Amino acid sequence: MTTDTIAGAEIELNEEGFLVDPSQWNDDIAVELARREGIDPLTERHWQVIRFMRSEFEAKGTGPTVRVLGKTSGVSIKELYQLFPKGPAKLAAKIAGIPKPRGCI
Amino acid sequence: MGNPTHRIVILGGGTGGTLAANRLRRSLTPSEATITVVDQDDRHVYQPGLLFLPFGLAHLDEIVRPRGRQLHRDIAFVQDPIDHVDIESGRVFLASGQVLDYDVLVVATGAVLAPEETEGLTGPGWNERAFTFYDPEGAVALGEALEWFAGGRLVVNVVEMPIKCPVAPLEFCFLADWFFQQQGVRDKVDLTYVTPLDGAFTKPVASERLGGMLEERGIELVTEFNTGEVDYSDAGGRLVSYDDREVAFDLAVVIPVHNGAAYVVRSPGLGDALGFVPVDVHTLQSDAAPNVFALGDAAAVPVSKAGSVTHFEGEVLVENVRRFLDGRPLDASYDGHANCFIETGFSKAMLIDFNYDVEPLPGHFPGAVGLPLMKETHLNHLGKLLFQWLYWHSLLPGRDIPGVHSAMPTAGKERLPIPEREVSAS
Repeated sequence: MTTDTIAGAEIELNEEGFLVDPSQWNDDIAVELARREGIDPLTERHWQVIRFMRSEFEAKGTGPTVRVLGKTSGVSIKELYQLFPKGPAKLAAKIAGIPKPRGCI
Repeated sequence: MGNPTHRIVILGGGTGGTLAANRLRRSLTPSEATITVVDQDDRHVYQPGLLFLPFGLAHLDEIVRPRGRQLHRDIAFVQDPIDHVDIESGRVFLASGQVLDYDVLVVATGAVLAPEETEGLTGPGWNERAFTFYDPEGAVALGEALEWFAGGRLVVNVVEMPIKCPVAPLEFCFLADWFFQQQGVRDKVDLTYVTPLDGAFTKPVASERLGGMLEERGIELVTEFNTGEVDYSDAGGRLVSYDDREVAFDLAVVIPVHNGAAYVVRSPGLGDALGFVPVDVHTLQSDAAPNVFALGDAAAVPVSKAGSVTHFEGEVLVENVRRFLDGRPLDASYDGHANCFIETGFSKAMLIDFNYDVEPLPGHFPGAVGLPLMKETHLNHLGKLLFQWLYWHSLLPGRDIPGVHSAMPTAGKERLPIPEREVSAS
């Protein structure tokens, strides 16, 4: 675990760079975390996914997987990969300040 | 006396529904409860047998039996597709128009394959150049294709998790290696395993072991590949990932994405976006209503979708249905126990045993004297073969298998330092 200054706030991150405390998150932190991942700027489509991730996490305690995102977020899986390359669910969760989605087993 | 007879309705006559029905029938008299099992067809498939069909190591008629015949005679079997469930009124609406009222509902309708959700997969090459062995018809068709396959690129692809029996695609690779050696064409076949995971399997220690077993057999491993499209435009075809990587094939064995049964999505509040039923992971009581339970592949629990899981869940579920009917607190004892025989070719198999918290470890199962864990042995292969008999004669009728219980055993296991690594969801 490390503490880092992000958008002017002291934020605790785990080994993989996910926020330890999702309640510390705000829009400015999202912008900075996205920049670190090479996503700059965050477009309206990015925000749609980020906000959806936040509300799913608040309702269910875990972030959705890519396929659930594709079915329910209003953004297709193809576009999700364009917005958040490599692993959309993981990367969007990181930027949204929520824990890494639990792997399916 | 004087108590009303409870009505228990079980949706699905597969592994979970059948063993739950038979166990409930044994523990409740017909005057205490009526038990009705609903399924859309009368074909109970011993699903672990599907792996062996393409290699001629099993035959369809051995692994399919009538569903109704696996049920105790005091259980009603209704063959009718399910239209939807109304949780509010406690009623199941069937396609024929029949309506079943329930006091307790058990959802055990498993998972369904959705190859049509992957762009192009069910196009012109489907069941000609790309097959799945996850249903009986696909497994038989694949068997015919393998018989004629004299060389080229054979690709085994898991499109997305979760899938039923996550070790089966690996077992298919091991058996394919054995099969092509028997056919004398192994040197003409390139075998590749393409997975969305970041390793061969989900659990770190087993993932490393299984990854090593692929390597020993000269099977290439492609990880973090999220198949977005299957294209049959050239002579064979190619898998294209969402991030534009490609794997070409002459013959593809594809494990399509899985959903819960379609009626779950049509039943307000019952399931999640994919049609699986969220439940308490220890009691198996649904989040939707206290009188609804789910087990097996149909349940959204963070554990493998596998027969052993369903078997171990069944014991807890039956206890909890009883407790619910008696108005007693539920038993939160399901620990995520799973147990898989992994067929590795050349009449050997490996056994793994794990739960929510403890990943597969070496040692012996179920105690210090028992089957070797995480080792390829002939004994484990015999165990896997014997299991089919136990399935029909012991597991489905709801009899206990000596030494094998719901709670994961630890007595015969070695403690290993666990590598700090989580499974990532893409």
